[in-house]
Amino acid sequence: MADSKSVILQIKRQANPREKSHWEEFELPYKPGMNVISCLMDIAANPVTRDGKATTPITYDSNCLEEVCGSCAMLINRRAHMACSALVDRLEQPIRLEPLSKFPVVRDLAVDRQVLFENLKAVKAWVPIDGTYDLGPGPRMTSEQQEAAYPLSRCISCCCCMEVCPQFNEKTGFVGAAVLSQVRLFNTHPTGAALKRERLAALMGDGGIQECGYAQNCVEICPKDIPLTRSISEVAGAVMHHAISDLFRT
Amino acid sequence: MASNPRIIVVGGGLAGLSAVIKLAEMGGTVDLFSIVPVKRSHSVCAQGGINAAKNLKGEGDSTWQHFDDTIYGGDFLANQPPVKAMCEAAPAIIDLLDRMGVPFNRTPEGLLDFRRFGGTLYHRTAFAGATTGQQLLYALDEQVRRYEAEGKVNKYEHWEFLSAVLDGNGICRGICAMDLRSMEVRPFPADAVIVATGGIGAIFGKSTNSVVCTGSAQSALYQQGCYYANGEFIQVHPTSIPGEDKLRLMSESARGEGGRVWVPKQSGDARDPKSIPENERWYFLEDWYPKYGNLVPRDVATRAIFKVVYEYHLGIDGKPMVYLDLTHIDRKILDRKLEGILEIYEKFVGDDPRDTPMKIFPGMHYTMGGLWVDFKQATSIPGIFAAGECEYQYHGANRLGANSLVSCIFGGFVAGPAAIEYASNQSAATSNRHFEAEQKHQEENNARLMKSEGSENPFRLWRELGELMTKNCTVIRYDASLKETDGKLCEMLERFRRINLSDRSQWANTSVVFARQLYNMLQLSRVIAQGAALRSESRGAHYKPDFPERDDKNWLKTTKASFAPDADEPRFEFEPVDVSLIPPRARKY
Repeated sequence: MADSKSVILQIKRQANPREKSHWEEFELPYKPGMNVISCLMDIAANPVTRDGKATTPITYDSNCLEEVCGSCAMLINRRAHMACSALVDRLEQPIRLEPLSKFPVVRDLAVDRQVLFENLKAVKAWVPIDGTYDLGPGPRMTSEQQEAAYPLSRCISCCCCMEVCPQFNEKTGFVGAAVLSQVRLFNTHPTGAALKRERLAALMGDGGIQECGYAQNCVEICPKDIPLTRSISEVAGAVMHHAISDLFRT
Repeated sequence: MASNPRIIVVGGGLAGLSAVIKLAEMGGTVDLFSIVPVKRSHSVCAQGGINAAKNLKGEGDSTWQHFDDTIYGGDFLANQPPVKAMCEAAPAIIDLLDRMGVPFNRTPEGLLDFRRFGGTLYHRTAFAGATTGQQLLYALDEQVRRYEAEGKVNKYEHWEFLSAVLDGNGICRGICAMDLRSMEVRPFPADAVIVATGGIGAIFGKSTNSVVCTGSAQSALYQQGCYYANGEFIQVHPTSIPGEDKLRLMSESARGEGGRVWVPKQSGDARDPKSIPENERWYFLEDWYPKYGNLVPRDVATRAIFKVVYEYHLGIDGKPMVYLDLTHIDRKILDRKLEGILEIYEKFVGDDPRDTPMKIFPGMHYTMGGLWVDFKQATSIPGIFAAGECEYQYHGANRLGANSLVSCIFGGFVAGPAAIEYASNQSAATSNRHFEAEQKHQEENNARLMKSEGSENPFRLWRELGELMTKNCTVIRYDASLKETDGKLCEMLERFRRINLSDRSQWANTSVVFARQLYNMLQLSRVIAQGAALRSESRGAHYKPDFPERDDKNWLKTTKASFAPDADEPRFEFEPVDVSLIPPRARKY
């Protein structure tokens, strides 16, 4: 692709959540080092389709452009990917851009992923500290503990794992791998563990851990290589243990 | 005023979230506004770490030493008392973040590990891999989510601040904001407002900043009467990765962990860097600055790279780049301490920096200048406070690496309680008509943009702005080109009147939002260019070859710009710097 003179993109457009979608095709002059974001920026500077029709700039979510903020996830050639790290040189053309399919479309490539943040609230994904006044250092931790927690804490909330999960849909209400992995993170933190039972209880009913079908798509797509299936099996074990101990308690 | 004050916080990065946490803890009710979901704020991009003189390496470090390094690194332009307070608070801030669950790297004993950073000889920087900002932001985001679940915080994400609502006495009574989906403009009342809207990178087109860092909110407030201070002080980070869409930061921690900067001694040497023998490489920073070596402050390192590339015509294969080399460091150590940034280089450039030296070049990174605030983070408009990169207070003429995160959190921790105190002493507004008037004014602004039938595309105009500002208002400055820049900015403001939005729909219209930001960028650019033209000296990041020395006699002063609405341009005044604690001395690394 590197020697071709232009870049062809096919982009799924949708004016608002109620309108029907349609496709538009764009042809841009090739520049070395282009990524999907720079293509979308070029279109904004000259919003004309390949067949010469004036159109509107593409609406899409983006912010950091270095794959840490998690904003710009979309379907690129039918695969969930961050638009910033999708380099044109590595993509087959025409490059096909669509919004993530499991989330409500806001406009064009922008979708509403609020559900993830609501689920993080439901599982109390935080460390319950006493307050912000000076109470001295946190719990002492070994390097091994830090090295286990850190990869989990790098989740960028892009929702790619939910997009590719066959069980993540309206019928199951499954919370998805990202949230389960956060539960593992906070349950293993010495102070965070104080809320362990509440987190596990939240994962026991519909939409909880039982919905996972172990398709393993999540771990394969994660842009941050988070060990999601490991998190899921650890949380599943803990939920099971919690359910059994509840049984004996009553 | 009510015992339970209602405070608006604009911006959900480290500074904004720190303020929110203090406000909620003190019993306030918070409305938090952010363009993006707060977890996606620009603070996630901070990589290398956060400074605090914990002295856990037996080096005899102290908060005073941190204070001295910061003042000296900032070339004595910062007012000293608030910087001292920040450095004294820093160790407890690290402890708090540790308690919140930030996975800081550990020593074998299980204590926090610290690394070196630019502008200091001490191991003072705590870090979580090389994604420290992300980890800090997440910790605060989680605490704010907890308060949100308790009903103490209401988030307005995907909303953009447009303006403050000022009453007839010039007191802030709330804000006007726009829903970025429905495009609805709505006023929101508050007893006080804290602005924490971050950097201004977009003014320079491509920078290391995120897309939302346009400075639009600061500029709007400046146009409404806030002083804007030290706007001419722009930090250009020595090591960034040039890209088509942005400049990606390559953290100073790469040098903190032993990374070395070099160029081939032979101009135009096109050999594979690994095949160039040691004696044919020039480690110019180590050569010129034996004491600090690769860890000189950013302004010094950036000028050195410019000198090597543009004066000595050395670079890489004739291109304006230098090598940042980590290949001599053990891979396991690199993975444990720097993985996040190595991954960025690998993903966006395609080479593995463990095997091959990285190609880097300076890129616009940070503004030391920002909204003028007093020692309690209060701006010059009563009821508006500011914290984080959007204000000017802690970094003088040049910020030291890993000081931004601590200044964001400290600033937020000061602003929160100060806003509560202000709110509890403030009497209620006498009428509500200012809300309607401001809403109408902002709706008219939108309608005018939507109707405009000109020929200027806002995105193309923005590219021109970025190129102009990068060329003339960054590393090397000349009076003639600064004056020419201001002239061109006036022309661009004129051209802005002939803007043509290719999108006129009333739903998630990014063109109208961007056009509004662009107008504010243009107004703020004039503050930067004119401020730089006025300051006839070199200090920190502000370097003029025609005035190569620091001039304390005439310029140990804070630049304060205010907007003159009738003339539609900035006015300047100068305020003496509080140097009551450390007498200014020559800055020589």
